[in-house]
Amino acid sequence: MSSARTEVSIVGVGLHPFGRHDPALTGMAMGAQAARLALTDAGVSWADIGYAVGGSNVSGKPDTLVSVLGLTGVPFVNVRNGCATAGVALATAANAIRAGETDLALVIGFDKHARGAFAASPADYGHADWYAETGLMITTQFFAMKDRRYLHAHGLKDRLLAQVAAKAFRCGELNPDAWRRKALSADEIMGARMINPPLTQYMICSPSEGAAAVVLARGDRAADLCERPVRLAAVAKRTRRFGSFEVFAPWLPPDAGPSPSVDAARAVFTAAGIAPADVQVAQVQDTDAGAEIYHMAETGLCEDGAQQELLDLGETAPAGRLPINTDGGCLANGEPVGASGLRQVIDVVVQLQGRAGARQVAGPPEVGFTHVYGAPGISACTVLRV
Amino acid sequence: MTVSAVDPMLFASLDPPRLAGSRCANCGTVTFPVQAGCAKCTGQDMAPVELADRGALWTWTVQAFEPKAPYRVPDAGFTPYGVGYVDLGNVIVESRLLGDPVRFQIGMPMELALLPLWPGPGDGQVVTYAFQPTGDAG
Repeated sequence: MSSARTEVSIVGVGLHPFGRHDPALTGMAMGAQAARLALTDAGVSWADIGYAVGGSNVSGKPDTLVSVLGLTGVPFVNVRNGCATAGVALATAANAIRAGETDLALVIGFDKHARGAFAASPADYGHADWYAETGLMITTQFFAMKDRRYLHAHGLKDRLLAQVAAKAFRCGELNPDAWRRKALSADEIMGARMINPPLTQYMICSPSEGAAAVVLARGDRAADLCERPVRLAAVAKRTRRFGSFEVFAPWLPPDAGPSPSVDAARAVFTAAGIAPADVQVAQVQDTDAGAEIYHMAETGLCEDGAQQELLDLGETAPAGRLPINTDGGCLANGEPVGASGLRQVIDVVVQLQGRAGARQVAGPPEVGFTHVYGAPGISACTVLRV
Repeated sequence: MTVSAVDPMLFASLDPPRLAGSRCANCGTVTFPVQAGCAKCTGQDMAPVELADRGALWTWTVQAFEPKAPYRVPDAGFTPYGVGYVDLGNVIVESRLLGDPVRFQIGMPMELALLPLWPGPGDGQVVTYAFQPTGDAG
């Protein structure tokens, strides 16, 4: 059996831009639009799809999309893994192809969130009511506290958070699909309204609306369907292990352990047979500016503490040596939770295909990496290659 | 006035305030609050343990905006409040913080206190736990 029969490639992408849209436009309708764009991009029809996986956190059951896309009888799996939903959906679909269930699969994610910070139900996360009622169960608190601990432990300054956010908005300015398209200076970001110190409003991504979809094909079909297919060289997902500092944790052990991002990244690089240093364009979860900073290190893209020099030299901008989140990331696009991980994949795919427009990385690059992280401590990573 | 805990599970005692955790008989891992199984070794032999009432501030922030429900807004209205993790030696506990945030620093000594939340039955008072910089209690 040729390896092409167990390889999986991305042969089509579709994005319903993230942001704020007509209140009457449902998350599911955006999902259907993204699906159709991805099918068109791949030059296939919904009837050709032999397996579908969809993710949404708050906007309905993805498999009901069949009533809009067509009742073809296709197997359709629903995924609901917080911010890591789309990464898990992608892994599920890729495994279906590798298992021989289909040679063509669609992965779709969508969400339409209310304005303002997320409100989580304690019961959903195994906590009693006191935890939320007394004001401890708020995601942005965790972001701020993990950031502060990380900056303190590695001698980094709060201003680095503003530098990361400024880079995100410069990328947003270059991306016609981004929600936040106005560049902001680090000073403006530092001086903005404080949300959870050290995080100001521009250092935290906002819940938003949008959808994303990709078409996956078995390796031996990819070249026929796509001029420049992007190989899903590896995909890995992990939950947290003991000692990892995670969102919604009333306690931690004194001895720190590796985060699920560390585990998922190691697994994906091992499976792909490459080192983090080989990555030429990357997406890492930037739910807040600090998350981009520590995820750069947790995924192995840089050493702890090296982020200051990388940002000072502009190395993580599209023109730098290690471009990260070139579409503006969560900070410039907001986060429709079910779709966010696919937005990341799509950004890296269009970079590798040389069709990223004004934000195109020179080359174009040939090795890409994506990383999502979600509550209550899950991560999914991919290595993408042309 | 009757003082009652927002959740009795949290406390070994209210006067003096002491937090209730559990310790794994197999590996010694301490949890807060009490839980039935050990997150480290997967053991299920967990015994109650009273946690230290002093520790060091491990990280912190301020909740500057009013959270959505199920957060319960105080009767007097929302005011920003401190939140942090306090290292008690064998476990690091997440907690509301009392005191002026401009003084908060990682590593500073903290002590356990009670935080009034809302009225309880009769003329009672419902409280939760909080930590404050050591010496802040009058």
